[in-house]
Amino acid sequence: MNCRSEVLEVSVEGRQIEEAMLAVLHTVLLHRSTGKFHYKKEGTYSIGTVGTQDVDCDFIDFTYARVSSEELDRALRKAVGEFKDALRNSGSDGIGQISLEFYQKKKSRWPFSDECIPWEVWTIKVNVVNLVSEQERQICREKVGEKLCEKLINIVEVMNRHEYLPKMPTQSEVDNVFDTSLKDVQPYLYKISYQITDSLGSSVTTTMRRLIKDTLAL
Amino acid sequence: MDTDLSSQDRKDLDKFIKFFALKTVQVIVQARLGEKICTRSSSSPTGSDWFNLAIKDIPEVTHEAKKALAGQLPAVGRSMCVEISLKTSEGDSMELEIWCLEMNEKCDKEIKVSYTVYNRLSLLLKSLLAITRVTPAYRLSRKQGHEYVILYRIYFGEVQLSGLGEGFQTVRVGTVGTPLGTITLSCAYRINLAFMSTRQFERTPPIMGIIIDHFVDRPYPSSSPMHPCNYRTTGEDNGATYPSVEDSQEVCTTSFSTSPPSQCVFTVTKAHFQTPPPVVMDTLKVPMMGLAFSHQPAALGVGSADMGYPVIFAGGLNAAHPHQLIVPGKEGGIPPVLSQPAHGTQADHERMAMCTPLDGALYSAATPSSSEDTETVSNSSEGKSGSPHDLLETIFVRKVGAFVNKPINQVTMASLDIPFAMFAPKNVELEDNDPMVNPPDSPDVESPLQGSLHSEGSSGSSTGNTHDDFVMVDFKPAFSKDDILPMDLGTFYREFQNPPQLSSLSIDIGAQSMAEDLDSLPEKLAVHEKNVREFDAFVETLQ
Repeated sequence: MNCRSEVLEVSVEGRQIEEAMLAVLHTVLLHRSTGKFHYKKEGTYSIGTVGTQDVDCDFIDFTYARVSSEELDRALRKAVGEFKDALRNSGSDGIGQISLEFYQKKKSRWPFSDECIPWEVWTIKVNVVNLVSEQERQICREKVGEKLCEKLINIVEVMNRHEYLPKMPTQSEVDNVFDTSLKDVQPYLYKISYQITDSLGSSVTTTMRRLIKDTLAL
Repeated sequence: MDTDLSSQDRKDLDKFIKFFALKTVQVIVQARLGEKICTRSSSSPTGSDWFNLAIKDIPEVTHEAKKALAGQLPAVGRSMCVEISLKTSEGDSMELEIWCLEMNEKCDKEIKVSYTVYNRLSLLLKSLLAITRVTPAYRLSRKQGHEYVILYRIYFGEVQLSGLGEGFQTVRVGTVGTPLGTITLSCAYRINLAFMSTRQFERTPPIMGIIIDHFVDRPYPSSSPMHPCNYRTTGEDNGATYPSVEDSQEVCTTSFSTSPPSQCVFTVTKAHFQTPPPVVMDTLKVPMMGLAFSHQPAALGVGSADMGYPVIFAGGLNAAHPHQLIVPGKEGGIPPVLSQPAHGTQADHERMAMCTPLDGALYSAATPSSSEDTETVSNSSEGKSGSPHDLLETIFVRKVGAFVNKPINQVTMASLDIPFAMFAPKNVELEDNDPMVNPPDSPDVESPLQGSLHSEGSSGSSTGNTHDDFVMVDFKPAFSKDDILPMDLGTFYREFQNPPQLSSLSIDIGAQSMAEDLDSLPEKLAVHEKNVREFDAFVETLQ
């Protein structure tokens, strides 16, 4: 199947990277998470409840709503933290991108391992700017806040196209579609990876895949 | 497939739409409470969480929504609208957003009601949660409190967007197709108000801990989250301080802006040519007219007069800058003038004494803190005997502007007991405000001039002082022999040294005349501005 790909670009100051990434990733995951499935007999299931909470950003004039799940928040923060560190260590021209990929697992017959078939990829390209004066920082706060507002509107627009979504799995298939490891919510299977472009903008010098959920560790 | 909706599906769909509408209202209103919302996820379905989302139900809001719906459902031509508006503590209100839940005729017969429609409605609610934090009204609602509150209103029927003003923007939250039609959720929000409000509230003292009382009806019983915890003293205070801040700003503006020499000149000239104006400043300028005319009658006359006036006062009053007086003193100035503004301070008298021996340089003396001015003066006095009046006039012009800056402050804030007190601090800024050095081009310059002129006029003591100065002084003006003006300067002074008592002698009257002067100043300044180039060239000849 075709994988839907969406790219967003943001220019942020160093200390805003984490919050901006979290805002976008959490908003995407809010739309791509459901309550926990509870399968009942006869193939029916009930769905748990997803709570939300507002998060104020410290370095950006922005507030976003995220899923009330500490586990999910921790996982995202970890990934974003690594991305930020890699970005900061790459050099002064901080350009990188972080990708949130939703995939489905397709069981293959032995000896082949399971395939991971992405069906939606969100890529956020980040350009880190360096500001010197406090006034510039203040303006950056507001501007990045406005930019994030625009990005969120874009995300919502994509979400509401109601394009391909994996169909609801049976109980046996649920782990091929959803990440069932969290105890309070159930997002679609996802993984986060990032790439850092070196200052010359040439070939990628560092490519790391950070598997939040090891697809092989079933 | 059966194109007609089964009765069960129909019932389900109606129920979904009804609860979707109620939940939509809850999300919107809760997002405008001004606080962060937090609900918990639960892995065990409780059965009461519609659309698998934990959205609290505020009873008042549900009640309002049900009242508006009156048992109906959004249908074609009948939309459910939630209007978010802002109401200030003074009673002004303005619409910020209109959230519309509409239904159109585009049906999706194939869709499964119980599953797909339900899940898509759930997705749409999540989108609504995201979008409600993104529109400008969110930040406004987070900062509400004493200054303003956010209110909501639910109505059913036709969408009314006229209250949003021009240029409102629309954001579509999403759509869900159903067999009965397509549900669309969108928001039209005002953008101008958001900026206006931000600016408005930024001008007032910082608003911290403002809480929202956003309910149309009496708030929600457990209103602890909705009632302000940190009350600002009063909206009235803010309101009260607000205008006063503006006033003082205006005052400061007028007082600090540099009046261009041309403007000063024109003012004086104009005043001179008119029938004796009752304004002090006009009178004060009169003595300088002679000097002004010597150079460029229209342009400089006024300026000269103005400069002369402030110079005198500055000299007398500027105890803090003795050097200023000294320097000009050497040049020679208008001793009588200097000695005149005896505001009762000995320093003044001393100043004047120092300036007494000065001739035309008196005006240069007026050039307070700027050594540049001093040099100019000295240079002019040394070399350019032929056009001493030019120098003098130039200086006057500068001084006028310089003094113009300060007077407002002094006039409005300092006591007016000392007639020329306002000029004392001016000296500090004379350099910066030197109109000749930096000929003002912007209209801002006008206001200071106006202010200063007004202040000059308004301080009756100034008038008196000037009057006294001219009376007491019997000097030999450096530029008394003027080719242009057939009148002897001394004669001129004597002739005009006894003006009628101005009505603006008292502070109150002074305030009134200040307003009048301010009103008339724009035109005067406009005329001055026209001649800016001349003055610029003039200044350059001196430098």
